Amino acid sequence: MTKETVIHVKNLTKKFDDFKAVDSISFEVKKGEIFGFLGANGAGKTTSMKMLIGISKPTTGLATVAGFDVYKNTEDIKKNIGYMSQNFALYNDLTIKENITFFGGIYGLSRKEIKEKTALLIEELNLQKVSKKLVGSLPLGWKQKLSFSVALLHNPAIIFLDEPTGGVDPITRRQFWEMIYKTANQGTTIFVTTHYMDEAEYCDRVSIMVKGKIEALDTPKNLKNKFNAETMNEVFIKLARE
Amino acid sequence: MKIIGYIVQKEFKQIFRNKEMLPIIFIMPIIQLIILSNAATFEILNIKFSYVDNDKTSFSRSLIDTFDASTYFNVQNEYPSNKIASAAMLKGEVDVILEIPQHFERSLIKEQQTDLAVIINAINGAAAGVENGYINQIIKNFNTNARAKFMNQNASIERPKTIEASPSFWFNKTLNYKTFMIPGILVLLVTMITLFLSGMNIVREKEIGTLEQINVTPIKKHQFIVGKLLPFWILGLALLSIGLVIAKLLFNIPIIGNLGLMYFYTSIYILVVLGIGLFISNFTETQQQAMFISWFFTVIFILMSGLFTPIESMPRWAQYINEFNPIRYFVEVMRMVMLKGSSLADITSHIVKTIIFAIVMNVLAVISYKKVT
Amino acid sequence: MKRFRGFIKKEFFHIYRDKRSLFILFGMPIVQIMLFGFAITNEINNVNIAILDHSKDATTQEIITKIEASNYFSIQESIPNEAAIENSFKKGIIKAVLIFENDFSKKLGKDNNATVQIIADATDPNTANTISNYINAILKNYQHELNKAVKIPYQIIPKTRMVFNPELKGVFMFVPGVMTIILMLVSAMMTSISITREKELGTMEVLLVSPLKPILVIVGKVVPYIFLSIINATIIILLSIFVFKMPLQGSLFLLALESVLFIITSLSLGILISTIANSQQTAMMISLMALMLPTILLSGFIFPITSMPTILQVISNVIPAKWFIIILKGIMLKGVGISFVWKETIILIGMTLFFIALSVKKYKIRLE
Repeated sequence: MTKETVIHVKNLTKKFDDFKAVDSISFEVKKGEIFGFLGANGAGKTTSMKMLIGISKPTTGLATVAGFDVYKNTEDIKKNIGYMSQNFALYNDLTIKENITFFGGIYGLSRKEIKEKTALLIEELNLQKVSKKLVGSLPLGWKQKLSFSVALLHNPAIIFLDEPTGGVDPITRRQFWEMIYKTANQGTTIFVTTHYMDEAEYCDRVSIMVKGKIEALDTPKNLKNKFNAETMNEVFIKLARE
Repeated sequence: MKIIGYIVQKEFKQIFRNKEMLPIIFIMPIIQLIILSNAATFEILNIKFSYVDNDKTSFSRSLIDTFDASTYFNVQNEYPSNKIASAAMLKGEVDVILEIPQHFERSLIKEQQTDLAVIINAINGAAAGVENGYINQIIKNFNTNARAKFMNQNASIERPKTIEASPSFWFNKTLNYKTFMIPGILVLLVTMITLFLSGMNIVREKEIGTLEQINVTPIKKHQFIVGKLLPFWILGLALLSIGLVIAKLLFNIPIIGNLGLMYFYTSIYILVVLGIGLFISNFTETQQQAMFISWFFTVIFILMSGLFTPIESMPRWAQYINEFNPIRYFVEVMRMVMLKGSSLADITSHIVKTIIFAIVMNVLAVISYKKVT
Repeated sequence: MKRFRGFIKKEFFHIYRDKRSLFILFGMPIVQIMLFGFAITNEINNVNIAILDHSKDATTQEIITKIEASNYFSIQESIPNEAAIENSFKKGIIKAVLIFENDFSKKLGKDNNATVQIIADATDPNTANTISNYINAILKNYQHELNKAVKIPYQIIPKTRMVFNPELKGVFMFVPGVMTIILMLVSAMMTSISITREKELGTMEVLLVSPLKPILVIVGKVVPYIFLSIINATIIILLSIFVFKMPLQGSLFLLALESVLFIITSLSLGILISTIANSQQTAMMISLMALMLPTILLSGFIFPITSMPTILQVISNVIPAKWFIIILKGIMLKGVGISFVWKETIILIGMTLFFIALSVKKYKIRLE
């Protein structure tokens, strides 16, 4: 059963003056996949993602996200995707409820929908006691989960996560990935960047970026076989050495 | 439309929740208004005055008395000699010294004229000029009285022709500087607060990363910008209202003109300022930069706006620049409408020019705001 | 020591790389000096006035010609009657109307007396007053010419000597003022923002935990701005001396020392602000509203302190800028030495110590 392709990238490049931050990358992501976009810090992951979510114009190459072109139809792309940025960008001086209301409203949810979603979210994340508290006062793990949920408010087809587990303890990380699984099972495509190689094991397929290029693209199992490694960490180290 | 509402709602929540900034936005301007209005004056008062009386007659004594009677001068103790008086001026103890020569009265009567030495601390050139004016006026009056007295005793002198100048001051009979300054200060406060807050606001979202988050939503540029600026537009008008109330209640400044006209013009003016703030924030990365650049231009435009010193006195290049200075128009409109009761017809050119600025600035601001880099 | 040097280097890089702010830091004093030197003045020039001439005879014509000939006035229009005056003012173009009464020449010949009414728009009382004075002077001049044959008896002739600034140049007032404002701006505001920025970004904690002693962190943050301020002060002084011919009567060395003292006073104020403010925005607004504006208004820079209500005069004593301006004027214009400005110097030193002590106390409270 072939699933449709929701992200299509061909020879995508981003240059800053002479520096090629992203050097002619190509790949495809199918609907419902959990696609891991790995690489060391500075390899070009975030830059690539910014092009796909429509806030950075590529230098050359082609890409479509949810069927829309990244050059011409960025606003349509944005209607169909969710985004969770590296620093869980929520407003620290607004309460949980207020943040949800704001982002829900921006995405065009009706007042009724916002109310329902808010109740649902607070229940799911067990935030009843702190729903009126300012987000700035929440521990990092809660902010992370909240940020993820807010990104899903408008039921996007694809959600982009930029280093979503930075600075969070292992147990919270685990819980977070459970949330990701649940969302993927419901049909949402997950595009996640990370520099934690162990998280690669959780993905359906991963690509590894080194110095702007994609040096590996396959399922974790196949990559470990190919590079004769026990863990993805080993795979990465072997790749980086070449 | 609804989306704009969500943004406005969030902005207001954030503004009123910011306990540090709230007093600065509302209380500080009020304090500034009160202090500024009382401090800002070019009147010269309490001039430190002293004298060296080498004549020591009742005549010279009466000359000193006329200075004493004047509200402008604070007559201090006499200095025994010119040298000591000069040293005192060096120390800053006195700013005007009158040196009455020996045989003052005698020379006046015998030779029909005599000199009177006046020494003025001229570091503040403008003030020195004004002080000189006062001194000359006092001496002249004294002279006229003395002449009348002497002439009565000697009636054979010809009468000179005199042209009287009779001054009359309209709109501000008492030459109250506050009346002049307060409309200007209102302009200053509304401008500064709306400019700085709006400019820094957007840059702050850039700095903390929420701007990126917003750029990924399908929100349209104009929705975001309107939503961001609307709260500050309202804030600006609120500040104007508070200012007007204080001006009337505390300082009893005449508010002769049409209030509606004032609000109408201010609404347009604030759009210009917000456009500038937005424009600046599109080109800066940090709040500090945004603040700095705003401060830089604000100071220049305020100094040149005619708020403190008249525009006609400025050189041609400055007057040319002032054609494009929005603050200049606001200052003029406020003074004209508030103090003289000028009508819509009188300020039509101001309104038209300000509307043009508003359109230009905001178009520039919207164009330069990039959701995609 | 090496760490400290490294820290200072980082601060310098920060500042150096922020070209926009740098441009304004140095451009601002230059622009302000230019503005004050060439544009800002209370003198009147080309003021628009109107004439209402009921007589229209030879004498009034002569007087009007004299007025026109002066650079101060520009005659814009002729007003037909008294009723039209108010509207003319409302339009906002003319600032005064001169009214010559009926039969001007005749009255002057027969009664030896004639009146000119000066109706001035006093929304700007300063200009109105000045206009009135200048017209008065022109009329007196004309009167003097009429009376040339007559010798005025019992004439007291005031001989005025303007000292320290014989040409009444405005530069003498504003250079000390601009210098003070700029130094205060750079030192206090920039320092408070720089320290608060680290607080906001969270890097302050990192610095505090580093082996660098907290006092050295603060000093390190502050050192680059000392340099910037010194450069600024130098630029301002050079500009005023060479472009505006401002004299430097006193000792350059003393001037330099006092400037450094004031810079340190401003810096300590900046540090104090940074202990109060938790965000850059707050630091900036406090610097602006609570520091800059009162400094400009109450330091005697633009408005004379002696003309203010007593309570403001008292408050002005708390403003460091006020004392520094006195010192500056003394050294540059009067050429006095330390013996004349020691009182002000001690006050500045006292203020500095006070601000530092207060900052240290607040800082310690925070750390606990």
